[in-house]
Amino acid sequence: MKFIIKILKDFPAYLWSGWGAIASIFLFIALWDVGNQVYGNLVLPSPLETFQTLFVMLQDDSLLAEIKTTLYRASVGFGISLLFGSLLGLFAGFFVTASIMSRPIVTILVGMPPIAWIVLAMIWFGMGDETVIFTVIVASFPIIFVGALQGTRTLDGDLKEMAKSFKLPWHMKFLDVYFPHIFSYVFPAWVSALGMSWKIVVMAELLATSDGIGASLAVARSQLDTPAALALVVIMIGSLMFIEYIILEPIKREVELWRN
Amino acid sequence: MEKLEVKGLNHSFGFTKILKDIDFTLQKGEVLSIVGPSGGGKTTLLHLCANLLDVEEGKVTNTFRSSAFAFQDARLLPWKNVIDNISLGLLAYGCKKNVATQQSKEIAIRFGLEEDDFDKFPKDLSGGMRQRVSFARALVVKPSLLFLDEPFSALDIGLKKELQSILINMIDKKEISILFITHDLMEAIRLSDKILLLKADPGHVVKKFSYDMPQKDRDDKYVYAQSAKILQDEEIIDTFELELK
Ligand SMILES: Nc1ncnc2c1ncn2[C@@H]1O[C@H](COP(=O)(O)OP(=O)(O)O)[C@@H](O)[C@H]1O
Ligand SMILES: [Mg+2]
Repeated sequence: MKFIIKILKDFPAYLWSGWGAIASIFLFIALWDVGNQVYGNLVLPSPLETFQTLFVMLQDDSLLAEIKTTLYRASVGFGISLLFGSLLGLFAGFFVTASIMSRPIVTILVGMPPIAWIVLAMIWFGMGDETVIFTVIVASFPIIFVGALQGTRTLDGDLKEMAKSFKLPWHMKFLDVYFPHIFSYVFPAWVSALGMSWKIVVMAELLATSDGIGASLAVARSQLDTPAALALVVIMIGSLMFIEYIILEPIKREVELWRN
Repeated sequence: MEKLEVKGLNHSFGFTKILKDIDFTLQKGEVLSIVGPSGGGKTTLLHLCANLLDVEEGKVTNTFRSSAFAFQDARLLPWKNVIDNISLGLLAYGCKKNVATQQSKEIAIRFGLEEDDFDKFPKDLSGGMRQRVSFARALVVKPSLLFLDEPFSALDIGLKKELQSILINMIDKKEISILFITHDLMEAIRLSDKILLLKADPGHVVKKFSYDMPQKDRDDKYVYAQSAKILQDEEIIDTFELELK
């Protein structure tokens, strides 16, 4: 609780520090506009036109429904990875045999291109939610698993010894000695897995479903509706940036204050 | 009567014998030092006594009511501030959070930390300050037996003297018993009632010395004189060979 209040208290200062980021976004938009003037509206619609299209699209309930569908798939897939990736990673980290055995599996999961998973999932599950959710899980699970595994494997033996010498009861050992260290590995893994989920969900939808943001993108492509495609891209990037910079980054800062 | 008794202790890591036939008894209120060259198995011996390592051969009987450990490096939890680090041992004993915080603040001041430092994380402390915190953390639980593993070796002279005089004060009041490990003979002479000299490969006790003068009456002259006396011994020159060169 104290912790949440601290995050909220430091939030304005954090936002203030974001001027640099905002400046670079504006610079990017300016370059985009230059691109529009060089290549023309069909290839690269102007930022203004894109944002106008976006505004019109957001008035439309059907797009909101698509966004909801995509959000649902991404959260279910990410949620499952979060839960099982963290738990299994911790488990594998605590047992040497399990961590050795899990390595080749992780290599396969990481090394296999997501597009191959999508094809397999389409064969196994057909066109629908399951295919998308499955692809999100296989893409984000190994990131979280490896984070939790490494966090557990790198626990400091000296600190464990210290904990033993002070006869810390097991719950203090876990909360005060193990957890902060493991969390400092797992949390960044969650963040990158979330980004990965958001990218993969759209890709899987584009290929394997008839609804969701990805499917809308496919429609925009087939109609050569570049402003709509760009507007969808803006939605994807905007929501990712919102989650990352407005929600996760402030938490990360507080959590990692103790780090160098 | 509280005491620590070590009988016929042997220890090996793999096929290398590290400790051979160690016997000694540490009585309540005593300071016993084990002095020997680096790599001689001192830390291993201390860990066996403190139950941080499992005894394989021989016997360690510890009847002291409570114990604490100060390590060579401070071993603070990097994600906890100064006060939370100090109160760790108190909380482990089931002390209430606010009581533990209060006691930790008091002892922190006694160990030369300032109020401004209380909320700092270890990364923002100097090496000396970290060691102060480590000492405070060990002593705040008022241990009956204190294990010290070369805790002064990385400190500057001033801080070394300061921490030692806090210990000497406690020794004088018979508040504490200490098992002290060091490679510094003079340090041992300043603090100990008994000194065991540990020779390496494998670690075994070659000599014992006793000192009766109360610790708080020992001045530099006494320490130098006693060191000089000890260093005339062939056995010791042999043991410390590497160090004296
Ligand atoms: N966990 C361990 N596994 C194997 N060898 C060890 C271990 N701990 C210490 N040793 C070895 O035991 C010897 C004594 O080490 P140590 O007790 O730390 O000596 P000291 O504290 O006197 O410098 C060293 O040669 C060291 O390499
Ligand atoms: Mg040592």
